[in-house]
Amino acid sequence: MDRKQKVRGFSCSIHQIGNLGLRLLWSLVHLLISIGYFVAAAAKAVESRIISSGLLTRYEELNISKLKYLAVVIESDDAVQTSKIVQLLRWLEAMGVKRMCLYDAQGVLKKSKDSIVKMLDNAVLLEELGEKDLMEKPKCMALEFASVSDGKEGVVKAANLLFAEYKELGNRDEQFFTEAKIGEALRAVGCKGPEPDLLLVYAPVRCHLGFPAWRTRYTEIVHMGSLKSMRLGSLTKAIYKFTRVRQNYGK
Amino acid sequence: MDKANERASGLLGRLSGFMRSCLFKVLCMGPIPTHFSFIMDGNRRYAKKMDMGEGAGHRAGFFALVSVLKYCYEVGVKYISVYAFSIDNFKRRPEEVKTIMDLILEKTEGLLEEGSIADQYGVRVYFVGNLKLLSEQVRVAAEKVMEATAHNTRCVLLICIAYTSCDEIVNSVRECCKDKMEEIEDEEGDDGRVVNEHSAIQLVDIEKHMYMGVAPDPDILLRSSGEKRLSNYQLWQTTHCTLYSPTALWPEISLLHVVWGILKFQRSYAYFEKKKKML
Repeated sequence: MDRKQKVRGFSCSIHQIGNLGLRLLWSLVHLLISIGYFVAAAAKAVESRIISSGLLTRYEELNISKLKYLAVVIESDDAVQTSKIVQLLRWLEAMGVKRMCLYDAQGVLKKSKDSIVKMLDNAVLLEELGEKDLMEKPKCMALEFASVSDGKEGVVKAANLLFAEYKELGNRDEQFFTEAKIGEALRAVGCKGPEPDLLLVYAPVRCHLGFPAWRTRYTEIVHMGSLKSMRLGSLTKAIYKFTRVRQNYGK
Repeated sequence: MDKANERASGLLGRLSGFMRSCLFKVLCMGPIPTHFSFIMDGNRRYAKKMDMGEGAGHRAGFFALVSVLKYCYEVGVKYISVYAFSIDNFKRRPEEVKTIMDLILEKTEGLLEEGSIADQYGVRVYFVGNLKLLSEQVRVAAEKVMEATAHNTRCVLLICIAYTSCDEIVNSVRECCKDKMEEIEDEEGDDGRVVNEHSAIQLVDIEKHMYMGVAPDPDILLRSSGEKRLSNYQLWQTTHCTLYSPTALWPEISLLHVVWGILKFQRSYAYFEKKKKML
């Protein structure tokens, strides 16, 4: 029995040492990756400086007309940095971006929307524009503010609205439910914004963080890093690369 | 000479399998994604690049898919979903659609054979999407595979076919409304009085009727060929999902991309766990 226990104890120790070795290897791999990302971030910072200095001529002529609607997703913890957000909006305004949506999951940006619009020289809330203004060529920057309540919760509200209509009709026509009908119901419950062409994500990870699913079918999703590391050159490059994308929409 | 070559390639195969298993042992010291999702983009570009005929790119893509499935199941991923065919893809030339559907039918029927990947790894297969849009042959084959693999419990493969997120949301809303109507009709009294009060549709009702409701939300989504959009795929399910777009075309996707995807997931794990707790 003693011998068996000794052997069992010995193999247990070998197993623990083996696990420790594997864990050290795993940590080493992640450390090397972090170093790699650090070096890549430094290279991006240098590249961004070069782009914003105007040395690279290809970024001078941005075909901004291709970008009809831009969305920016911001990590909610960073959304309190109003001055950084206003700086970002000023850069976008200078590039010629006229219609855009600012999103953060928890709705922090929605709470400070009035102060953000006030801090910009020539911006309005998109919801204040009438149908006629939306059809005309934009004169100033129009901002939409969205949060998670415009995403999944918006679809729930739209579903309830459609159900009330469906119940009134009395028949069981399954053709009643179409993408157009859902789109109409979403607009009726206040989820009005168009589908963005480009979605810039200022967060630690490349992820849309719950931006309304109905509106991101063919949206290019680009990760910009965290808001604290935002740079004009990186922004210019992201928009420039977007203008070069060719989509076939599934065909 | 042939026997020597066979022995050498067998040895190489065993050696690469051993090294892969060592690599996975290291990876498993961190969290492994429960659900890994793939958009298999770039098959046509691959065929053009390699000067292959029509359909050859998709065949090459199938071999890449089988390899990726094996790697994921070996490392411990339980759910894998793949975007096999979008509703938007029906807009392609009819000959191309037919070629892809023929390939899907061939490979679906292959899943029923002994020794198939479903057999080897104990995979339960689901075909998710608007299956009514498929031809009867493909639909019947898909239903046979779902029935034949229903008893498998080790891993799950979700093949998204005739699928788009928008169609999924429409279908879910339709099913929720039908359920609510039945609820009201059941509550009507014997005298046929109409009951106007009913519980509202909740988020949990919508999610229950999603095509993807049979699996948890994906932890990482890989779209090959470097494209940065989701193309109407799992838009609802990817709120807290790492998006990864390697530039390799789908038939070029390899073990390295799967490993890199898992490493990316591990780096963002703590962040998403914090986000999920806040919900």
